[in-house]
Amino acid sequence: MAASDAAAPAIELVGIDKRFGAVHANRAVDLVVRRGHIHGIIGENGAGKSTLMAILHGFYQADAGTIRVNGHEATIRDSRDAIRLGIEMVHQHFMLVERFTVLENVMLGAEGGARLAPGAARARAELSRLGEAYGLTVDPDARIEDLPVGAQQRVEILKALYRGAEVLILDEPTGVLTPQEADDLFRVLRALRDQGRTVLLITHKLREIMAITDRVSVMRAGQMVAHRNTAETSIAELGELMIGRRLSAPAPRPAPRLGETLLEARGLSLRDAAGVERVKGVDLALRGGEILGIAGVAGNGQGELLEALAGMRTPSAGEIRLNGRTVFPGRDFNAASLRRQRLGHVPEDRLRSGLVRTARAAETAILGYQHDPAYRTGLGLLSHDKILAHGARLMRDYDVRPADPSLRSSLFSGGNQQKLILGREIERDPAVLLVGQPTRGVDIGGIDAIHQRLLACRAAGKAVLVVSVELDEILALADRILVMFDGRIMGELTAAEATEQRLGLLMAGVQDVAA
Amino acid sequence: MNAALPRWADLILLPLINLLLALGLTALIVLATGSDPVAALTALAVGSLGSADAIGYTLYYATNMAFTGLAVAVAFQGGLFNIGAEGQAYLAGLGVALAALNLEFLPPALLVPLAILAGAGFGAFWAAIPGWLQAKRGSHIVITTIMFNFLAASLMVYLIVNVLIAPGSMSPETRRFTTAADLPGLASFGFPSSAPVNLALVLALLAAGGVWLLIWRTPWGYALRVMGESPEVARYAGIDQGRMTVLVMALSGALAGGVAVNELLGAQHKLLLGFTGGYGFTGIAVALMGRNHPGGVLLSALLFGALTQGGAEMAFEVPDVPSEIVVLIQGLVILFAGALGNMLRPGLSRLLQRKPA
Repeated sequence: MAASDAAAPAIELVGIDKRFGAVHANRAVDLVVRRGHIHGIIGENGAGKSTLMAILHGFYQADAGTIRVNGHEATIRDSRDAIRLGIEMVHQHFMLVERFTVLENVMLGAEGGARLAPGAARARAELSRLGEAYGLTVDPDARIEDLPVGAQQRVEILKALYRGAEVLILDEPTGVLTPQEADDLFRVLRALRDQGRTVLLITHKLREIMAITDRVSVMRAGQMVAHRNTAETSIAELGELMIGRRLSAPAPRPAPRLGETLLEARGLSLRDAAGVERVKGVDLALRGGEILGIAGVAGNGQGELLEALAGMRTPSAGEIRLNGRTVFPGRDFNAASLRRQRLGHVPEDRLRSGLVRTARAAETAILGYQHDPAYRTGLGLLSHDKILAHGARLMRDYDVRPADPSLRSSLFSGGNQQKLILGREIERDPAVLLVGQPTRGVDIGGIDAIHQRLLACRAAGKAVLVVSVELDEILALADRILVMFDGRIMGELTAAEATEQRLGLLMAGVQDVAA
Repeated sequence: MNAALPRWADLILLPLINLLLALGLTALIVLATGSDPVAALTALAVGSLGSADAIGYTLYYATNMAFTGLAVAVAFQGGLFNIGAEGQAYLAGLGVALAALNLEFLPPALLVPLAILAGAGFGAFWAAIPGWLQAKRGSHIVITTIMFNFLAASLMVYLIVNVLIAPGSMSPETRRFTTAADLPGLASFGFPSSAPVNLALVLALLAAGGVWLLIWRTPWGYALRVMGESPEVARYAGIDQGRMTVLVMALSGALAGGVAVNELLGAQHKLLLGFTGGYGFTGIAVALMGRNHPGGVLLSALLFGALTQGGAEMAFEVPDVPSEIVVLIQGLVILFAGALGNMLRPGLSRLLQRKPA
């Protein structure tokens, strides 16, 4: 490398432009990332961060603009080009072979010859060196499927470093981590920076940006709207830049006006299709007028618990009571029947289960309620006019944009899809509302609207259960918080007692010492 | 990449271009075999649509394909790939024959509907078993319906050769049904041809209308489409997928049974070996090309009917064209319209977007 390179930025993007049909994902984006920096990129969902990183990583090609790596113009046609230039990406969803060991995963694509053994020995030595240098310790012979999520992420990072990454792009890396695991990750990132590597951190969490980055760039609607040195900015300023207006402080909530117990589970257990027990003897009671939050790192049984309460899965043991009646064990325990008994359910994964993707929005708006005579003609056939009129009204009432009930459900943004589903479940005036990940993939403006809706349900005396992996969300909404770990309730905190620290320990499976 | 196309281009222009491509490639191959492609394709066109007789036969074949196409399409709306329309149609033949042979004393106005119902019932039963096996035992419907084709074939050979065969007959077929069981040909309504096209054609059109209503205008059809879109979404919505699977397979098998009505009541007037002639399998291609929509299925059934009839004529008129060419054309149509159906989509979409619509 020439001496002049030392001063050049690690990455320089000039005038990057990218369109997908009518969507202008990146407009003349400029970005300078200095070597040995942790550089944050924030923006709402759909602001164009991911597209920009995909261009840098060779997944897409820009329609216009220049990429310079270490001061040299570079063409990045695919990820192999990117890797050759030392640019590596750690994806939000890990790209690891579950049944392979750590060592085998790290070697993947860099086996180094027809025979595995010499490469493996080299990789093992290199792994232990990298582990020591950056505090990235992982047992090289452990299988990926046996590792916790935080360790899997370390493997991803090790893999990138093993292949010689100079620039590491991390896409929403803390989404699946406990606060403690996130702290570990940040320690590793700082070590990487201190040894001269460059880190690009994509996130929508302002707190992370403030905690770890040296410099931050803000994207909004496909454009770079600001670059700041982290030390010279604030969460408030970044938040404003990100959404283009001032964030209102959350209004203080009135104390809950508690009603009767509407949903109750006793000793509820659930096995998955493979026979593994995912929910282990959970007790909970939910009263009208309160929001009960269930916190936990993704995959600790919250999703299964939610589906069991909604009648989508049959528990293996225990009892569920809804509106004072035992529904499980019972003859007619299924989602349709519980829905008739005034249980609303916004599923955790709306794309996988809450939305009829290829159908019109108006059709998604009757999912689960398709038997309602309100949508029939005089002859008993489904009436498109009535379905469309209902869809239009729902979309207007719940501010779903664009308010076109004929548009395909899959074409709406995450936030608008969520508002549509939420509207569908709330408009039936349920007694109990189960909500999984209310704002996953929803932008900040949408988050606020959805939270207001849930608080309105609480004020209206409904019993609301919120399962979320976002601690901020749990803290903002819940009156009481249950923390799940490994299928069990680890502890219960009231909103007043709950701190991120205490929740974090419970989420990691450590009994609250203070309690 | 699912480039957006205007609806008319998606439904009409694109299939038409694909069809022309298939025919063009056929012409090249005919040319390569040393024959005259113009003569061959002319014979194909005239043979399928050039006279009342030609049209009559085309419609007769198309009726079979419409039934099996609808059968495959309706199951596919629920995400189920019914490969077994052939066997279901075959078994339906048993139902039709048992009714026609044993209820001879009834007047036509009762006998014909009963025979049709018996056919539909037998077809439905034969399809419901794989549906039930998938719903209760998790046996994949593609595998079981294929197996059930073989079972149907063996069972029917046994029954026709050993049980139902006309006494003293050398050929494996039953005696002729009573004329009371004859489904009137269109000729008796003034259609100027002696081709075996019969009222089953009207039945097929009604079935297509019924399927359309069912899928797009009933809550049951809505639930079916939700299940076809994603079993996960169906689970969320509380749709009983086991029940749904059995019911839609039964419906699919009943529709496949239409082949037996057209062939046995409308044309052959007896049950004979192998009367299903592969229509069950052609139905897969018909449904594929018709985008699993009843209207599309009718159009593509017409196309495949025309190819079958025109192909036979071509083999007769232009003898130096190998008769396998017809199969080749069908194969190419399936290839271009089905498997490569989206090949031209991005290009066409760009072309249409360039000029302001």
